[in-house]
Amino acid sequence: MSSSLASFGARKIGAALVTLLLALTAAFALGHLSGDPVYNILGPLAQREQIDAMRADLGLDKPIAEQYVTYLGDTVRGELGDSLQYFRSNSELISSRLPQSLQLLVAAIVLAILIGVPLGTLAAVKEGTWWDRAASTVALLGQSVPVFWLGLMLILIFAVQLRLLPSGQSGGLDHLILPAITLSLLPLAHIARLTRASMAEVLAEPYIDAARARGLSTRRIVGLHALRNAALPVLTVTALQTGVLLSGAVAVEYVYSWPGLGTLALEAVQFRDYTLAQAVVIVGAVAFVVLNLLVDLLYVVVDPRLR
Amino acid sequence: MGRDADTSAAVTAASRERIVGVSDLTVVHQRRGGGRGERFAAVDGVSLHLDAGEVVSVVGESGSGKTTLAMALTALGAHTSGMVELLGHDLARLSQRQIRALRPEVQVIFQDPHGSLDPRQSVKAGFKELRGLQPQRTSWIDDAGLLAQVRLSPDLLDRYPHQLSGGQAQRVCIARALLMRPRVLVADEPTSGLDVSVQAEVLRLLLELRESTGVAILFISHDLSVVRRISDRVYVMRRGRVIEQGATQAVLDAPQEPYTRQLIAAVPGRTLRTAQVAA
Amino acid sequence: MSATESTATELAAVTPAIAPSAATARRIRRSRAVLWLSLPLAFVALVVIVVPLLGVLPDPHRQHLDQTLLPPFFLDGGSMSHPLGTDKLGRDLLSRLVTGGRLTLLIGLVGTVVAIVPGTLIGLLAGYKRGWVDTVVSRFIEAQLALPFVLIALAIIANRGSSLGVLIVVLALTGWAPCARVVRAETMALRERQFVLGLRAAGASSARIVLRHVLPNLTGVIVVLATLQVGTAILVESALSFLNLGIQPPDISWGQILASGREVLTQAWWISTFAGLAITVVVLLVNLLGDALLSHYDPKKRKF
Repeated sequence: MSSSLASFGARKIGAALVTLLLALTAAFALGHLSGDPVYNILGPLAQREQIDAMRADLGLDKPIAEQYVTYLGDTVRGELGDSLQYFRSNSELISSRLPQSLQLLVAAIVLAILIGVPLGTLAAVKEGTWWDRAASTVALLGQSVPVFWLGLMLILIFAVQLRLLPSGQSGGLDHLILPAITLSLLPLAHIARLTRASMAEVLAEPYIDAARARGLSTRRIVGLHALRNAALPVLTVTALQTGVLLSGAVAVEYVYSWPGLGTLALEAVQFRDYTLAQAVVIVGAVAFVVLNLLVDLLYVVVDPRLR
Repeated sequence: MGRDADTSAAVTAASRERIVGVSDLTVVHQRRGGGRGERFAAVDGVSLHLDAGEVVSVVGESGSGKTTLAMALTALGAHTSGMVELLGHDLARLSQRQIRALRPEVQVIFQDPHGSLDPRQSVKAGFKELRGLQPQRTSWIDDAGLLAQVRLSPDLLDRYPHQLSGGQAQRVCIARALLMRPRVLVADEPTSGLDVSVQAEVLRLLLELRESTGVAILFISHDLSVVRRISDRVYVMRRGRVIEQGATQAVLDAPQEPYTRQLIAAVPGRTLRTAQVAA
Repeated sequence: MSATESTATELAAVTPAIAPSAATARRIRRSRAVLWLSLPLAFVALVVIVVPLLGVLPDPHRQHLDQTLLPPFFLDGGSMSHPLGTDKLGRDLLSRLVTGGRLTLLIGLVGTVVAIVPGTLIGLLAGYKRGWVDTVVSRFIEAQLALPFVLIALAIIANRGSSLGVLIVVLALTGWAPCARVVRAETMALRERQFVLGLRAAGASSARIVLRHVLPNLTGVIVVLATLQVGTAILVESALSFLNLGIQPPDISWGQILASGREVLTQAWWISTFAGLAITVVVLLVNLLGDALLSHYDPKKRKF
């Protein structure tokens, strides 16, 4: 049994590595095949010598295959190059901003689970009622509202009009509230939808009827049986949401002037600092792949049938 | 039942052409979701033959490899080792193009008639497409005549599959198979999805067609009462292997293998019911 | 009893089952939901296409530096000459929203086509061919899903700068994978259906089976995917424009209006608010329509 678990793990890790390689290649291709970065940085008025010097400096005068191999080797060693704009190493810049982003992401995910799971459960238990409809409306709205607009509206109401909360910059816990709420909305909607669906499925199982016949209350049934069985799909969607969440995080960080990776990437783009932008893309892709791998592995530990 | 046996004997005596010959066929499947090494032989060293005008049954419980065997015969499934001969051609030696040319010779009828029809195609459009695929082969009869062959009214031509009853849909499937003028009809549990009375009609139709067209029928079933009514010879399969074979009456009346006895013992009630309906 | 007579009785027995039943009634109700959700969307499309041609609204690009940041008509200082107020250059907000809607909806549609067409073709190929083709495609789908759209946009725009063309490329690169994943799974299921095996037995080629039988049976799925993709494309456009990575002035889109309102948010809340409302309402309608279509085509898959 442990050997089948090990071979399952090995296969999953292999697949994740291939995915990662493709993602890294895509990041390289997007950065290098879409035009000459040096020309784009220096502009049309640059002298020939300037351009050549910079190309040599960045290794862009070498054949594309050689550049690719160098890039992969550097990435594997955790060497993400130097920023063209800050004259510091990209990994240094990223690690200085990473804690802020993590703080925001974790807060948003926790909020999304804490609100989304009960909301979806409520909708499933009271299927077809007013509760159900209200929950589905919230979920559907959450998927339709642009996050950055929601952020602006929350600033307008809570920071500008009511003066209850700060409108941005990182600081104490109060600074985290609005950005975390904003970022949590989309995953919250997804989690609520999925919880409702998998809950409704579990509640239709015969053993739930059997539990009812034994005189268990709905609350205990949901707490004892249904919630546990509905947890797995919710776990998956939460991991898959990370990609969406990273996209949302960039916009939310921008709205609230939150000094995280998202604003760093935007600054990089503004200054055509393509090495820094590429480094942030790599970190984001690695985070996503690793997280999904962890969820996959966790999945089989929790549910042996999937081996 | 006695009458059926007499006529079939007459037909097989008249034309003893070998249509299908299988020797030592093995088909290996990868277990779904399984890792490397988790392979199993769905069909394991099976030999079997089918002559012109014969009705031969393959029986066994689900998972015994009946359907995999049928698919390998129709040149649709890949077989791993052994030889499949169709009308004297060794399938392994044919190119994809040659196999495609041979395919119309073997037609298939499945258990679920509705699943065998494209839900977005009317009966008429379906015939038209088949005629387009094999213009020469299919020119022998018009649509109304074809439906009459399977005892259906031409009014059904404009219907879509969901507007047909199960029995009607299965007859349309048989008509579609007939249109190709096949030498072999592989019928994979063709009656198990139907009501008992409709079952009897479809079986009667298959036997009539065998007499009028001389098509050989490979009948796949787990229902021994049906097998007894329809087939000349029988192969019993278990776990991918043929464990018993012979003339239907001999095998079913005096089974040698305990497994065959179990199969027969499992369906006494059904035999009675079908016998009543048939009578 | 002759054969045709027995068929006639069979027919008579079956016909009532086809007549309206509870199931058909439900189906009609669902079709009605689709209709009621399509109407307001068609209305929005009609307004943004036709109204600018009528000349009833002021020029959206015309600046009035003496009339900057005028509030909407229902606030003090507002008037009906600029019903939704003006922006920081004194341009009429209503007119800008109507004109900006053109580009936003156009990007929604074009962004959908460039994602759904390759996504469908790739999904069909992987699902029908299976084997190594499927393995390769599946890896690509996963790799694409591992790159969030903003990161893809950043990687391209850091190099190329932003333009309408780049925006469409971003939409194509990010939109094909989710579509391909669904179409691949549906194709795999369809390919095992018995009518496909039957057609192969009749000598039909793979291309014929895929284009004439698999694809038509996926119409419902593809319509749903496309509808939802319109909403996604509009959201991606507005997000990128908001981050100054998308539509650049003087072009107008809803995302770009929303972005321009951010710097004057405290003095003129209406600019960002109305632009965001327009986006939210349209995307919400599109998502509702997608849901209605989903339950119209496949009631079992309905989530809410």
